[in-house]
Parts: sequence; C-alpha cells; structure tokens
Amino acid sequence: MAAGVAAWLPFARAAAIGWMPVANCPMPLAPADKNKRQDELIILNVSGRRFQTWRTTLERYPDTLLGSTEKEFFFNEDTKEYFFDRDPEVFRCVLNFYRTGKLHYPRYECISAYDDELAFYGILPEIIGDCCYEEYKDRKRENAERLMDDNDSENNQESMPSLSFRQTMWRAFENPHTSTLALVFYYVTGFFIAVSVITNVVETVPCGTVPGSKELPCGERYSVAFFCLDTACVMIFTVEYLLRLFAPPSRYRFIRSVMSIIDVVAIMPYYIGLVMTDNEDVSGAFVTLRVFRVFRIFKFSRHSQGLRILGYTLKSCASELGFLLFSLTMAIIIFATVMFYAEKGSSASKFTSIPASFWYTIVTMTTLGYGDMVPKTIAGKIFGSICSLSGVLVIALPVPVIVSNFSRIYHQNQRADKRRAQKKARLARIRVAKTGSSNAYLHSKRNGLLNEALELTGTPEDEHMGKTTSLIESQHHHLLHCLEKTTGLSYLVDDPLLSVRTSTIKNHEFIDEQMFEQNCMESSMQNYPSTRSPSLSSHPGLTTTCCSRRSKKTTHLPNSNLPATRLRSMQELSTIHIQGSEQPSLTTRPPPTTSK
Amino acid sequence: MGAVMGTFSSLQTKQRRPSKDKIEDELEMTIVCHRPEGLEQLEAQTNFTKRELQVLYRGFKNECPSGVVNEETFKQIYAQFFPHGDASTYAHYLFNAFDTTQTGSVKFEDFVTALSILLRGTVHEKLRWTFNLYDINKDGYINKEEMIDIVKAIYDMMGKYTYPVLKEDTPRQHVDVFFQKMDKNKDGIVTLDEFLESCQEDDNIMRSLQLFQNVM
Repeated sequence: MAAGVAAWLPFARAAAIGWMPVANCPMPLAPADKNKRQDELIILNVSGRRFQTWRTTLERYPDTLLGSTEKEFFFNEDTKEYFFDRDPEVFRCVLNFYRTGKLHYPRYECISAYDDELAFYGILPEIIGDCCYEEYKDRKRENAERLMDDNDSENNQESMPSLSFRQTMWRAFENPHTSTLALVFYYVTGFFIAVSVITNVVETVPCGTVPGSKELPCGERYSVAFFCLDTACVMIFTVEYLLRLFAPPSRYRFIRSVMSIIDVVAIMPYYIGLVMTDNEDVSGAFVTLRVFRVFRIFKFSRHSQGLRILGYTLKSCASELGFLLFSLTMAIIIFATVMFYAEKGSSASKFTSIPASFWYTIVTMTTLGYGDMVPKTIAGKIFGSICSLSGVLVIALPVPVIVSNFSRIYHQNQRADKRRAQKKARLARIRVAKTGSSNAYLHSKRNGLLNEALELTGTPEDEHMGKTTSLIESQHHHLLHCLEKTTGLSYLVDDPLLSVRTSTIKNHEFIDEQMFEQNCMESSMQNYPSTRSPSLSSHPGLTTTCCSRRSKKTTHLPNSNLPATRLRSMQELSTIHIQGSEQPSLTTRPPPTTSK
Repeated sequence: MGAVMGTFSSLQTKQRRPSKDKIEDELEMTIVCHRPEGLEQLEAQTNFTKRELQVLYRGFKNECPSGVVNEETFKQIYAQFFPHGDASTYAHYLFNAFDTTQTGSVKFEDFVTALSILLRGTVHEKLRWTFNLYDINKDGYINKEEMIDIVKAIYDMMGKYTYPVLKEDTPRQHVDVFFQKMDKNKDGIVTLDEFLESCQEDDNIMRSLQLFQNVM
C-alpha cells in the first residue's frame, strides 16, 4: 500500500468498531501480528553514503527489494548495516519514494542508468509521479528511437533473412542504400529526371536562325532529337512506375500516395500527346499538357529529404497560410477600391476597374513597384504611399508569427496528444489497480475459503493455497471481511463454483440456488465497474502508488514479466486496461498469484 | 491589417487566469499550521505510550503536513480502503465523531484521543463513542432515521457488486432488527443507557469490540 494508506490503516481499523453494534453475525478473527518489533532505525550504506530510515518506512512496499526480506542478503554482520554497491544519487530518489510515496525522476540522470537502478530495487517506473512522468517518458522515447536507429543501421549491413522477391524490391525502392542494385537504380532515375527537366527547359531556348525562317526555339529545330530524349525518359519513368506498382505490400495505399500521383502526372502528358492527333483545335490543349511535364521535377522529392520536410511543413501549416492569404486579400481589396476611386478622376488613368487596381495593389504591397501603373492624383498618391507602407507591415509581420505559430501549434498538438495518451494510460492504471486490489482481496478470500473447503472435504491441502500475504494486506482484507459480515453481503467472487461453496459454508441467509443463478445472470450482464469514487481520481498521487504496486502482483497477463516491465509501453498498459476491464465476473479462474 | 493582428492574438489567448479559489485555498492551508501539545501531555491524556504516539504522529504529519485534517482529506483517505463502494457518507459521520469540538477540522489531539478510546479504551468508553457516532445530530438519542442513515452509509461502502444484490429495503430491515434488540421500552428512540445495556447483553458485540486490541 502507499505510504499514506499504510499509516492510516490503524485508524480505519479502529473506526470499524463503529460497525460492531450494527452487525448481526460474529466478526472474523483479526490477523495476528507475528514478530511485532519495535520500530527501529536501519542504516543503508550505498557505496559509502549512509542513509538512515525507519524499518516501517521501508516495509510500506513489501514487494520491492528494500521492503521485503531480500534486503537481508545485503546485510553486513560486521557493521550491522545493509550495504548496496550501487549509485547513491539514484538511491536518494528511491528512498524518497518510500518516504513520500512519490517517485521522482531526476533530470540530470541518464535514463538507462535510472531504469537499471529501478529494476534492481524492484520498483516499477510506471509509478513515477505526474511531475516527472512526462520528462521520463520523453527521454525514454528518445532513447528508444536512438537505439532503434542504431539497430536499423546495423541491420542494414547484415544480410536479411530470405525475403520474397517482391519484398526485396520494395525494400530496395524505399532504402536505396540496401544494395548496389538499388543504388544504381536510384542514381539512374535521378539522372533521367534531371535530363528530362533540362530538355524541357532547353526546348524553349532560341537556337539560332535557320536560313529562310525566323528564329526557332531548339525544340522545334531539333524536334526529332528532343522527341527521342523525351521518349527515352518517359520509358524509364514508366518502367520505374510499373516496378513500384508491383512491389509495395499494399498497392491500394501506394496508388493513393502523393509520390505515385506525381509519377502518373509526369508521364501522362506524353501518352496523351501520342494518342491525340495533330489537330489544330486540340493542339492548344496539347500545349497546356506539356506544362505538366514540369512536374517531373517533383520526382526529386524521393531523392531529397529536405523537399519532403518542406512539403510536410506547408501541409501542416496550411490553415495559417490560408488565413494569411485571406487577410492579404482583404487588404488588397480595400486598397484597390480606394485607389480606383481616387484615380477615377484623372484622365488616361490605368486604373480602369477595381480588378485592374488589384495588380497595382499587389505590386505595391509586396514592395515590388514595377511602375507600370502609377497614381497621378494627389489623393491617389497619398493612398498609394499608405498602401506601400502598410504593405511592408502586412507582409513582414505575419511571417514570423506564422513560423512561431507553426512551431508552437505543432508542439502543442504533440503535447496534447501525449497528455491525452498519458491520461488514458493513467486512468487505465488506476482501473487496473482498483480491480487489482479487489482481486487481491477476492483471491485471498478464495484461497482462505478453499482452505476451509478442502479441510471440510478432507482432501490434502495444496501447497499453493497456503500463501502468505503481507501483514498490512491481511489487515486490510480483514477489514473488508468485517464489512461484509456487518452488512451481510459479500463481494462478488470470480468462480461460480466457489460462490456456491461460499454460500453453503458461511450459512448465508440468502442460500437459494435459483436466486443465486439469477444473481449470477444479473451480475454477468452488468459491466465491470469503472471507477465510481471521485475521491480516488482526484488524488492520483496516492492512488497510483498504492494500487500499481498491486497491479504488478495480481494481474497476470501474457505481457507482464519482470524484464518486460522496463519496456512497458503505452500499448501494453492499454492492453492491461482492456484485459482488466473485460473481466466479467464469471471468467475462468486466473492462475494463482505469487507474492513475495 | 489590424484584423490580422487581432486574429493572431486571439489564437494565443489561452485561459491563463488561475482560479482564484484555488489560490485562496492553498493560502488557507499553508497559514493554518497546527502543532500538537507536548508529548508528555498527550501521553497523560491517552492510553498510548510515547513511542506509539511518535509513530502515529509521523504517519499523521506525513499525510497532513499542516497538522489538521479536513473533511475532504478524511473522505479521500477512507475511500482508499474501500475502493469498490462509496465511503464518503460514512466518512462524513466518522469525521463528525472525531471532530468533537465541531470546528470542521480534526487536529492531531482529537485524532489520538479518539484512537485511544477505540483501541485502548474500556468497553464502556467504546460503546459511548459508538453511540456518539450513531447520534448524528448529537441530541443524546438515536432515532430510526439517524440509524437508517448510518446503516445506509455502511452499505454504500460495499458498492454495487455484491452477492446477494443489495435491495432497497435491506437497510431498513437491518435497522428494524437493530431497534428490536436495542430499544427496550419500544418508544422508537434508543438512549445511551438502553444502548449500553443491550450491547453488554450481546456476546457477539462484546467479542467484536475486543477485535482490534492489538492494532498499534
């Protein structure tokens, strides 16, 4: 139990005297406090630094190293102290956990060293207090990612186990550095993209005159050559696209991705051009199609990480940019209107309409100032100068705001998501702990009752049944048992068979097979409780420390073994939550708990 | 342009105004810092030894550094022992029984005095304390309504998931049984003498009162 809870147990038990006159049946016996020692100071010598604390402080958490008899292995007879050859800095945090019930994570400490120490002392990192939990998780994630990257780069050098041809191709496409063939492919496609872009550009350059006609662009002069180059590039791109289409594990997802759309747009114009005849009407459309060839340059984004990041940045900042655009439009419209009406009077004014004034406003506000449209009236000049001054502000100011907004919103979203996930995990922990603590009580009850039952039926007692729980736990269970006796009700036990035995053994008033069946049906329809007492959730510090200790002991799940606690991720916690909450009251008996 | 700035700034206004009540509460808690009387006095007043008082105070001070427990903390502490049910009503009555001076907060002396009665007191004292607990309005008599409230509070602590399922009139039946036993002259209220007499006649109750002798 948590530090606080254990300290108040005597009070809670004393207060139970208030139930006695109300009770109808006799109370169960209290657990005997064997070897009750006077509280003594014990000395913990950690690598030379001596810490002292009360014995009872350490015994608050009986399933850790310091709280159990495991520490006797470290007892030094000569100096009458417990010697640990570990880091004294981290031990400070560990000891504070026993004292205050809250585990803190010191920021200067290395995360893996801290984890090692916690594992040594048998403390779950999940009970780190809220003040330090976020920091701890962040550092843990960074570390894990770094390790993963290292692992990945290591793995790249090794030879992978035999993948299918398709998988190897996909890997080659995604990571060009995996094999030489992939690298060659990568460079070849890059080269051809460059060639294609350059041909597009050079096509339009005037190439000198042919005698007898005006200056031609190169594209028309050497049209055959350019056509061959274009064909070659498109063939390469088509082959590449088809290969990429064949390789991915999920073709549907690949087709929808941006890169594949770019690929398609890059090669489509050529084929459409082939199909279309050399008709005058459609040649205009044909020309527009050639514009799309410039999209081939976006294929470079596969080759450049920076382009991808930029694209992602723009995408995530889209709303800010959209808003900037909107406010700019507002300003443009206002100033264009004003300039139009100001210049209406002057003769031969270029400001023929408001849309025509848009051009002037944009050019002025962005401080370009081409000079093709100039106001002539005095009012026009005044408003023109106001426009250019405000242009500076309008353009210059939002940009850093956007940048900082972007970074702030981005981090905020991350933090909000993190907080939401942590909150879910924390509630899950609390839920597990609550079911855990009630399970602990029910388990011990079941074991106690099974003991009685076995004695009654005369079968030899199973060794596993006679378990020893800690004194505090047995006292807590005794308290709950007294409450059951007082009210004449009992907490629902998991095993239906056992419930029947319960009713017969305890000479319950409500023994009635049919009623029992009915009760079981009713209760199995209900969902298992989610936390009902608001007081618990409002005081998470105490609860988490109290109950997550229980959860380590009592909930047996496929994922929970001690080495795995170090890597217990959010997913595992939510698995625990799901499994814990899905336990209906009539499940098969989980394996018996082992407590230290 | 001003609109641009205005809209950008509106994006930034989060609720940064801290709730004034919370600040006042915190101030209150830090100002009120109660220190108990000396150890010798407490030892004389209660049935605990010095060591026991020391252990008790260490636990108390750890939980309530300000030296007093208010009702909220009391309820939270008690609720941790009964995770399935709602212990707040019973904790409320318990708090009133501990808070003999009705100040709204329980100091260490009150706490230790009550514990001394409950754990080390005579049967008479324990029964009198229990009578005080049941007598919600502290008028010296227990009537049926008070008893029903108490019993309901106790049943609430069990929670919803019990076997057999708690029915509506179970508390009432329970109280009827209680009154049949306790109310000697059948006048509908139980006085302290009736209570003491009836409890001392019942072996179960006598035995269960001695149950927590070895706590502490």
